[in-house]
Amino acid sequence: MNRTTLAAAFPVTVPVLMGYLAIGMAFGLMLQSIGYGVGWAALMSLTIYAGSGQYLGVSLLAAGASLPQVAFLTLMINFRHLVYGLSMLEKFRGMGWRKFYMIFSLTDETYALLSSAQAPEGVEEHDFFFWVALLDQSYWVLGSVIGSVLGAALSFDTTGVDFAMTALFLVIAVGQWKAAGSHLPALLGGAATLASLLLAGAEDMLLPALAVIVIALTLLRPRLDPDWNREEEKSCP
Amino acid sequence: MPLTPAQTLASIAVMAGVTFLTRALPFLLFDRGEHPPKLVLYLGRVLPPAIIAMLIVYCLKGVTFSAMGGWVPPLSAGLAAVLLHIWKGNDLLSIFGATVFYMILVQGVFV
Repeated sequence: MNRTTLAAAFPVTVPVLMGYLAIGMAFGLMLQSIGYGVGWAALMSLTIYAGSGQYLGVSLLAAGASLPQVAFLTLMINFRHLVYGLSMLEKFRGMGWRKFYMIFSLTDETYALLSSAQAPEGVEEHDFFFWVALLDQSYWVLGSVIGSVLGAALSFDTTGVDFAMTALFLVIAVGQWKAAGSHLPALLGGAATLASLLLAGAEDMLLPALAVIVIALTLLRPRLDPDWNREEEKSCP
Repeated sequence: MPLTPAQTLASIAVMAGVTFLTRALPFLLFDRGEHPPKLVLYLGRVLPPAIIAMLIVYCLKGVTFSAMGGWVPPLSAGLAAVLLHIWKGNDLLSIFGATVFYMILVQGVFV
């Protein structure tokens, strides 16, 4: 273990530490309430590792859902992950066996951190990515286990600590806004999701929003892609 | 617990498999040759700000306007995160500050 890399990765992941402990604990509690103890909580957080996916999993286990139902609903709730890898194709290249873990652990929060965080001077980028991903999952597993074991015995009122997730995304958005050449993708993403929330409702908002975002960004390529013109010039000598 | 341990294990295996598949598919499709299609690389570049904006709206989906407690805590704490970040530019300060502010509002003010 390289301590310099760990020392560089840890501060970046602290917001996720707060958020994952909070929502991981809520997951542990929910799972406990339908009769599954700490071993099951740890197993799910180690092998599935998806926030909203595992919350859904609790209801599926409680309802005794059939395997095709489990597969279909898990696919629906995790559909947004299909596009996350597109931003990581270049970043994960050459990571060897660790790439498998990077893909497995590409949650919303890890995606958000990796798409904006830079490895500090003197720290190998791939080691840095790997530690960010590994620390994030360790918080998630820890949160699930604490929630399952301690449950209501906690004396500290943690209501609202999950706002750390919202704040993390907002802070990343501010950083991206400052660095971006065009603000169109961010505005488009917000507007499409808001429209989808109002039209489709909170339960089904993500899939339409994601479809509109991908289609609109594809159509806007001539405007947003600096390589677009050069490509056209090359093809018309 | 309507399922047997074996059925539970099977359900968890399906959830894990499908979740991994959604994350792995872009790599299976586009990570074979040296250079993925240009459209894919372009989408990979412009998607993060759009997705982060999507996740922000998703996080705030529970905001309601029928009572003060439904919108004042999330929107004011969200604004606090943004303003703190524009002012100081320190990730941890912005996130801790906004989260503590939110916790005070939901636990102490709008109970």
